Amino acid sequence: MYRIEVSVKSDLRDARGEALKDDIRDLGIAAPDRVGVNDVYLLEGALDEGEAERICRELLADPVIEEYSYAGAAEAAPRGVHVIEVAYNSGVMDPVEESIKKGILDLGISTVESVRTAKTYLLWGALSDEDIRSICDKLLVNPVIQHVVTGREAISTRAVKYEFALRRVDLLGADDDALMEVSKDGLWLNLEEMRAIREHFSSLGRNPTDVELEILAQTWSEHCVHKTFKSKIRLGGITVDNLFRSTIMRVTEELNKPWCLSVFQDNSGVIDFDGDHAVCFKVETHNHPSALEPYGGAATGIGGVIRDVLGTGLGARPIMNTDVFCFGPPDFPYEGLPEGVLHPRRVFRGVRAGVADYANRLGIPTLNGAVLFDERYVGNPLVFCGTVGLIPTALAQIGQQEPGDLVVLVGGRTGRDGIHGVTFASAELTRESEDVSASSVQIGNPIMEKKLTDALLKARDLGLYRRVTDCGGGGLSSAVGEMARETGTRIHLERVPLKYSGLSYREIWLSESQERMILAARPGTVKQLIELFRNEDVEATVIGEFTGDQRLQLFYEASQVADLDMRFLHGGLPQVERKAIWQPPQFPEPDFPQPFDLREDLLRILGSWNVCSKEWVIRQYDHEVQGGSVLKPLVGAHADGPGDAAIIRPTLGSDRGVIVSNGINPKYGDIDPYWMAASAIDEALRQIVAVGGSLRRVALLDNFCWGNPDKPDRLGGLVRAAQACYDIALGYETPFISGKDSLYNEYETEHESICIPPTLLISALSVMPDVNKAISMDCKQEGDLIYIVGTTWNELGGSHYYGIHGYIGNNVPRVNPGKGKQLMDALSTATEAGLARACHDCSEGGIGVAAAEMAFAGELGIEIHLRQVPLGEEISRDDIVLFSESNTRFLVEVAPQDSAAFEESLTGVDFAVIGRVTAKQSLVVYGLAGSPVLSSSLAELKEAWQKPLRW
Amino acid sequence: MTRVSTLIIRAPGTNCDAETAYAFEQAGSTVESALLAELVSLKDPLANHQIMVIPGGFTYGDDISAGKILANELRLKLGEELHRFVGEGKLILGICNGLQVLVKAGVLPACPDITRQSLTIAPNDSARFECRWVHLHVNEATPCIFTRGITDMYLPVAHGEGKVFAATGVAENLNAVLYYTDQNRGRSPGYPHNPNGSLADIAGICDNSGRIFALMPHPERFVRWTQHPRWTREPPRDHGDGLRIFVNAVEWAKAL
Repeated sequence: MYRIEVSVKSDLRDARGEALKDDIRDLGIAAPDRVGVNDVYLLEGALDEGEAERICRELLADPVIEEYSYAGAAEAAPRGVHVIEVAYNSGVMDPVEESIKKGILDLGISTVESVRTAKTYLLWGALSDEDIRSICDKLLVNPVIQHVVTGREAISTRAVKYEFALRRVDLLGADDDALMEVSKDGLWLNLEEMRAIREHFSSLGRNPTDVELEILAQTWSEHCVHKTFKSKIRLGGITVDNLFRSTIMRVTEELNKPWCLSVFQDNSGVIDFDGDHAVCFKVETHNHPSALEPYGGAATGIGGVIRDVLGTGLGARPIMNTDVFCFGPPDFPYEGLPEGVLHPRRVFRGVRAGVADYANRLGIPTLNGAVLFDERYVGNPLVFCGTVGLIPTALAQIGQQEPGDLVVLVGGRTGRDGIHGVTFASAELTRESEDVSASSVQIGNPIMEKKLTDALLKARDLGLYRRVTDCGGGGLSSAVGEMARETGTRIHLERVPLKYSGLSYREIWLSESQERMILAARPGTVKQLIELFRNEDVEATVIGEFTGDQRLQLFYEASQVADLDMRFLHGGLPQVERKAIWQPPQFPEPDFPQPFDLREDLLRILGSWNVCSKEWVIRQYDHEVQGGSVLKPLVGAHADGPGDAAIIRPTLGSDRGVIVSNGINPKYGDIDPYWMAASAIDEALRQIVAVGGSLRRVALLDNFCWGNPDKPDRLGGLVRAAQACYDIALGYETPFISGKDSLYNEYETEHESICIPPTLLISALSVMPDVNKAISMDCKQEGDLIYIVGTTWNELGGSHYYGIHGYIGNNVPRVNPGKGKQLMDALSTATEAGLARACHDCSEGGIGVAAAEMAFAGELGIEIHLRQVPLGEEISRDDIVLFSESNTRFLVEVAPQDSAAFEESLTGVDFAVIGRVTAKQSLVVYGLAGSPVLSSSLAELKEAWQKPLRW
Repeated sequence: MTRVSTLIIRAPGTNCDAETAYAFEQAGSTVESALLAELVSLKDPLANHQIMVIPGGFTYGDDISAGKILANELRLKLGEELHRFVGEGKLILGICNGLQVLVKAGVLPACPDITRQSLTIAPNDSARFECRWVHLHVNEATPCIFTRGITDMYLPVAHGEGKVFAATGVAENLNAVLYYTDQNRGRSPGYPHNPNGSLADIAGICDNSGRIFALMPHPERFVRWTQHPRWTREPPRDHGDGLRIFVNAVEWAKAL
């Protein structure tokens, strides 16, 4: 074995080392004098020294900036240096192994059999053992996937031969206790479900095999079948039968928009784009894996949702991503962390890097997103990843296979990755989660997904397959089981290409290895299909065929290991009945006098974690790739202001665009999830209108992240939020087309169960006929008028203003969708006529934050008179008017010569001129009494806003 | 001849091929795109083309170092054809990953012996990937065909490894084509105008003939005005700054 270590030449700057030095300083440890980061490559095979030397010189080390050494084992560390070597745990996929092997083969060297990589960290300076331990724990090593190398390690596990042995589980003779014992072993099914399975097998007169039970557990898991949303829920005197059908789906059915092409049935929702093409959109969560291994968990999250888009219709091309993250506050004290929980700062950095590395490598622009913080996300962060795709309309519907068609597995190989991922998602996190789920965490391989994308879209255009779906949670079991629902299938598990030997039939079927998809191909086209994939360097393997007998039959070599009736598998799940309660909380009403000067309050809100600039995140995503971005996430004179929605042009030669936005505000959910949901919808729609879009063709996605629905209070809030989705979306005439829920987001400590704040992300997708009509939020011209459009109420419940004064309050912002639609329609008539120079919606921090952002983004001053603001009720305090978070409000910059036409198009809507754009570099606010209540320079405002996340 | 054909060379992880093709089409060229692995099995794979491009992306995941694996593949498997192509007076363009590949393959600055590679593209000083727009000034003395008639450009960069770096004595002899400047064309602008810490603020280089050109910024991402980050606040223009690069290439190739 050769151990090759590559380091930056000692007289040159080690950029990774410098970055690590900064991170160590952030921990509060006296920084080392110098830090180095070296790459270690372990090569096994019969290679000679000449070959090893050539591999180093021509492949692994850069001749200009790096040097290398090779030896059989690690060399003794030089004096005064702490050397820490970190390697992947055995069984964890090494993401670069494949490309290194390819690079070595290209050199004409074929003697290398296996490759592993590691890193060594060299720390110069006086550091205590305690310091080193802290650096390892907090920065360098995540024990779920990595360890510190202490001795010499074998790099390849010897080939293990798998000895087939069929396992059956005794259910027929099991009593209720025994049933639950079986369930606890990774199935997570409840007693009623276990009983239904026992009845079924009793009627067959046999016990199930282990894999049959696992298939049922996977198919019936919360993750795959959303049983809470389909359950019968008693709330007070009413019974909701199937929450999903009676709210989210119902609004879409009632609105019945002809441009909705495929809703709730495929891997993403599809709407018409321009007749010839359609756009599809899906947002997924990957919360539990990201809590344990932020980088890998988040990377596989974005990888999964991209495959959802590839697996829509006959395959859509991904054109943009959106990401929304919820973390604990970055300044959370280390000593307050529950045991086994990673610090929010590390989770944040890891998740950001995981999503960016994956999406950037795939060449999909990340144009939209949000990052939110709350202490209750410390043990259970939320990671929402969304992808928009473009697909020819003729291919937008789910395909249909016929009996005799072949089941083709394409993409990466199968290993032990992520077994039990979906059943794991249906459990609460605990301190032990780390151990239970080590195999649930995976590392993605973006280049495999890129190759898969390229090959799949080529095969699609040649019509080489009839149906496609992605392998995500539940692996082959979910993908094939769902696809073959109407026909039935026979699968030969030994044909599945494996990463390494030794996998049992059960592991092959349940593995959640990434970057795989399933195709249904006619026998006549399969040869051409496999050939095409091979050309693109992607494996395609026939693993079985579709039948007409509605049975799911699995074989391993000559033995049958599963034989399930599709009707029982997909129809046998007993409907859950649940009890819900809703008790509106009463928070103390804020009781503090209005501050004399509101400048300090505005600066604090701008500098709060949720409001502050996310430029640090945004710049590390490629938002320009594919060349289609029209309104980017950062806008304004220095391209650093917070844009509202993103606009993208999917076809470079056309002027038609797609607008994507999101709405989320968990703080309102503490008061009432109904108004939280309403506000989230309103916010997502406001952003679309703010950039020059309209409500004419807007589709919504819902992503509910909630606590344990078995607890009636959590469920009560969920029901209220879903009801708001129906009411508000109906009023705005914006149908839902897809969605997802992630429940059981609680973190169990020894004393309590910490539930995340109920969190609903609303994502919106709209079609814009002419992107040249887009408007950005930055002020453009001195002397222009500043209008407010919309009504301000005393609605500070859950607001940032109350938050900085230590209150939650109760006056949560409400939504009137009837009036709201009239207002947004009127405003979009004005923007389409080119009457608005800038437009920004009022959300967190109200008028104060919106005006400050418009001013510093445009490098122009603003002067505002609160006396002019149209109020919905009597308000006597300046702070309430300035910081109220009432929905459906916009600040609009209008040129004086356009004001008459602008006002005319707003007939029937509450609006007023409240100020103007000035040449002074400041924001000045005059109060209800007419005297100034706030005056602040743009430099000061911008600095407050940019400082917190300037990492 | 007047019909110009451009060949885009792809490898697993190439991801700017579509917009690069669009830019060349706007400039009047026909475009073909092929995987390098496909090309090596063909006889004279480059013969029918006048322009060859290695577009942006993360070929082979940028594993080991950005562009390294494709650089070796190009050098070892298509080296002869490439020499012939250059010898015929044809054009090569590398964008972002393309610059990394051409330098690490020894095609730029023109180094026949790879073990003597004297120039490299190193990780950004910030040790992170960054996406931002940069101001560029064209070296007045450059022989570069692609930048003829251009004095300044504003283009996006998006990379984690874009620092042009060479041993002492090499930098002075480079054919620097583009320099990072500040918004007032000021030289030595510092971070973030020079987003990666490039030596002498170099953003793009060419060979002595001016026919092999590669740069870190993405001209193909600014061919239409509405791609500009401030198009909503500035007077409209007919084209983006990057288009001229492609037009120059196609115009030159027409004479071949």
